Amino acid sequence: MSNIPSDLKFNESHEWARLESDGSITIGISDHAQNALGDLVFVEIPEAGRTLSKGEVAAVVESVKAASDVYSPLSGEVIEANESLGTSPEQVNTDPYGQGWLFKLKPSNLGELSSLLDAAAYAKIVEAASH
Amino acid sequence: MHEPLIFTYSRPGRGAPAQYPPPVPPEVPEKFRRRRRVVLPEVSELQAVRHFTRLSQLNFSIDTHFYPLGSCTMKYNPRACNELAMLPQMLGRHPLAPESLSQGFLACMHELQEMLKEVTGMQGVSLTPMAGAQGEFAGVAMIRAYHQARGDTAREEIIVPDAAHGTNPATATMCGCKVIEVRTLENGDIDIEALKQVVGPKTAGIMLTNPSTVGVFERRIQEVASLVHGAGGLLYYDGANLNAILGKVRPGDMGFDVIHMNLHKTFSTPHGGGGPGSGAVGVGRRLLPFMPVPFVEREEVSAGHAQLRYRYRWMDERDLPQTIGRLSAFMGNAGVLLRAYVYMRMLGRAGLERVAEYATLNANYLLARLQQAGFEPAYPQRRASHEFIITMKRQARELGVNAMDFAKRLLDYGFHAPTTYFPLLVPECLLIEPTETESKQELDAFVDALIAIQREAQQDAAKVKGAPYTLPVRRLDDVRAAKQLDLAYREDPG
Amino acid sequence: MPFIPHTPSDVSEMLAAIGAPDIDALFDEIPAALRTPPPENLPQGLTEMQITRLMHARAQLDGQPLNFLGAGAYEHHIPAAVWAIVSRGEFYSAYTPYQAEASQGTLQVLYEFQTMMANLTGMQVSNASLYDGASALAEACLMAVRAHRQSRSARILVPATVHPDYRHVARAITTGQSLKFDVLPYGEEAGTLDLSSLERYSGQDITAVVVQHPNFFGLLEDVDAITDWAHAQGAMLIAVVNPVSLAIFKPPGEWGEKGADIVVGEGQPLGAPLASGGPYFGFMTTRMEYVRQMPGRLIGRTLDLDGKPGFSLTLQAREQHIRRSKATSNICTNQGLLVTAAAIHLSLLGATGLESVAAACQANTSALVEALTGIDGVRLRFAGPRFHEAVLQLDRQVDGVLQELARRNIAGGLDLSRHFPGLGNALLVCATETRTPEDIRTYAHVLAEILT
Repeated sequence: MSNIPSDLKFNESHEWARLESDGSITIGISDHAQNALGDLVFVEIPEAGRTLSKGEVAAVVESVKAASDVYSPLSGEVIEANESLGTSPEQVNTDPYGQGWLFKLKPSNLGELSSLLDAAAYAKIVEAASH
Repeated sequence: MHEPLIFTYSRPGRGAPAQYPPPVPPEVPEKFRRRRRVVLPEVSELQAVRHFTRLSQLNFSIDTHFYPLGSCTMKYNPRACNELAMLPQMLGRHPLAPESLSQGFLACMHELQEMLKEVTGMQGVSLTPMAGAQGEFAGVAMIRAYHQARGDTAREEIIVPDAAHGTNPATATMCGCKVIEVRTLENGDIDIEALKQVVGPKTAGIMLTNPSTVGVFERRIQEVASLVHGAGGLLYYDGANLNAILGKVRPGDMGFDVIHMNLHKTFSTPHGGGGPGSGAVGVGRRLLPFMPVPFVEREEVSAGHAQLRYRYRWMDERDLPQTIGRLSAFMGNAGVLLRAYVYMRMLGRAGLERVAEYATLNANYLLARLQQAGFEPAYPQRRASHEFIITMKRQARELGVNAMDFAKRLLDYGFHAPTTYFPLLVPECLLIEPTETESKQELDAFVDALIAIQREAQQDAAKVKGAPYTLPVRRLDDVRAAKQLDLAYREDPG
Repeated sequence: MPFIPHTPSDVSEMLAAIGAPDIDALFDEIPAALRTPPPENLPQGLTEMQITRLMHARAQLDGQPLNFLGAGAYEHHIPAAVWAIVSRGEFYSAYTPYQAEASQGTLQVLYEFQTMMANLTGMQVSNASLYDGASALAEACLMAVRAHRQSRSARILVPATVHPDYRHVARAITTGQSLKFDVLPYGEEAGTLDLSSLERYSGQDITAVVVQHPNFFGLLEDVDAITDWAHAQGAMLIAVVNPVSLAIFKPPGEWGEKGADIVVGEGQPLGAPLASGGPYFGFMTTRMEYVRQMPGRLIGRTLDLDGKPGFSLTLQAREQHIRRSKATSNICTNQGLLVTAAAIHLSLLGATGLESVAAACQANTSALVEALTGIDGVRLRFAGPRFHEAVLQLDRQVDGVLQELARRNIAGGLDLSRHFPGLGNALLVCATETRTPEDIRTYAHVLAEILT
């Protein structure tokens, strides 16, 4: 059973978003997603300063057998990306909600956060996908 | 079995001097001169011969093993095709040689074009694409050119079934089209209702393989054709599975407007460890003006030239101003085309028809035997075409042994593995294509091996999961390969 | 039945196992209206003896002219060992090494090939080959657009001295991708890229600059200056090179201050016979930082479960069978067999052999130029340093001269009037290491007869 923290918001395409105390949003992929992809060998992260709209391809996660686009769950400007994934992409596998975060956004429309799924709703999607 | 890298045999000053021309000093101005000598192996001729011969022995191949790789048509490559394509005049002919010194070669190419037109029911054939994927590219580019020439510029969508080869969507994207996927039904046919939802004024065309990648014949192909044509789109036939229908039904008669043929599959040219291929394209009347150049045209010769009835000449941009252009510097993989030509001439009319018959007989026999042995077909209600899918999802669930484990264990039994995990929509699948050139004994031995592995999986799953054991290497660490990229040997600087 | 092993009793046992009355019943899912009528227009089959006779007759029709044609395909001596080994069934009839454990031979050859090409071009990483040199240039242009994130223009500068058919192929293959190719003129006197023609692009957004060296006329371009200019503009540099020439010429990895970014070329001179234009192979090398934007297969060295070294396809997630519509290219084969030939060819020649070949080509072309320009009505068009081709100017139409030469069993070169009408009656000639002094004398003698 995959780990779905209750304090996060999710996209149907398996990204998570967390509102930080400073108003920024941290984004990563879910435990379910990393598990489905298998051992990651490469992560392509967005450059700081890039402006993303909700649903735009922001990153690519690549395993031996699959490459998957990561869609930004919110609109905003990238303020930081997780550079350490360049040498240690496996952090996304081992700690998808912690050290395996992908990038941080300064959201341009925080209201978009409420349109995302809560943990319970996302759990249902994960449940359905595993059948 | 392990063969060191050729570089480890290398010693300064060693060489194979019989291969060098007499020495003369190069005249290179200082600014263009290579400063450090290129690092290449310095080995004797025997060392090179022995090294590469040993490497060859680490391979499975059609000549040494049954190779039931689904969708790849690994049939016997007759030796005569190789030998006759490698006659000295054929090997020595420069691609830009004058037509007057090329009539023999051009005659072969023209006859090949004509035979391919006949077996596919198309109106024109260009042999230039160098591989199946390039043939696909040519096909979609012609569809685009056709619509654009009519001023019908809004057609930018290419419909592709979810079961299609990955090259189909990749090609459509490369041609600047948007890919629209339609789903495949549980019975293996395309979802016509879903298709109806997506065809329309933006449809440039649809890319289909028939029989499809799931190993069954698309029964409602006429409906598909009239739907797409009715909406103003064209039909593209991916010829990957042409072997299944040769002499039985022709893409042109099914309503396809353009087709590529993998000569390295259906017409038995060698796969060569992953190329060269050849992806000749055939077109219906509407796409004739857009064919890639060059191709070969034949003219009747007047009475003056008694020794020849015809003269052959190249057709190029000047003859076909609307062509999609050139796809290779010369005319594609000519040597592959010669091999296909020899193959088709040897089989002839009756032999070509037998290809599909015996490929289909072998596939259905293998399927029946495996089904009787308890393996689960993905489409149990359907006839197999020249290939079929079995799914190992029950074995994966109950025994923890998946399709890849079966595939790897087969290697220990002396069989190349079938295609695994393609098409993507059947879980734990093995796509098996025996081809017509395999004997019943070989097929029976393959069934026996799968039964034996199934028994092993029940008794000792770990053994199967650890396979292979008897090959030069065991399973390789692909994660390490991708993370610690080692793509070229570097001599230790120390 | 040719190549079909079934006996009548095999067939009846197999049909019984299937539960089908006859073979035709296996096609009962094909709508009856679609079934093919008998293919009347196909010839009857030939036995091996008959087809052998036919092919020998066809081959003799073409003969074996004395060849002075180059223009992208070059006649070199290929050691006998090369195709003796390549023709082994274990290489010839194997498939793409998807099952790595059963394909270590092919995989190791490809890895060795990648190493040799990286060394030859002075770059860090080579793929396992593309279809041919021309399509490799097209792929390099697409790759540059992907790799160059800052450039939005997709504008690529291509000198007119790049092989004209390479330019045509690059255009045809990138159609639909909104690349813009600007063709730059060559200097009338020098026959090389006129550096001043670059200047009007200064300060503009240029994605890449292509340079072919030696160029289509066989001449050496000012590659250091062109590379530095490209980099100063923030553009990538795509080199198109002849692999044999790299034995004596500075490799693209060392051009200018920083070296080329993507190197491509035609691999045919490394062990592939002329064979009417193919199969050949294209090669591509680049810097490690661009490896994920590279099209085509890559072989990596890794370890197996027991810690033993082995080889496998790597970075497959870039490729079409995984990425589908988002792949770096739709390519799904390389030219494995030709690359096998190249690896053996390069192993047999080594650095010394390849240098000898390159130097002999250069010397023979100089001898050819000297012999032919000694004839009235023939002069050398461009005088600069060259490799193994040269442009000659004739005092009459080249086409007729070439036809006359063909009648005398000489393939005398390429008529440039179609692609370069501005050059007038220009002829591109080539002499590789395979041309002897006697061959050159014969050509000069026959040409003199024709022209007088």
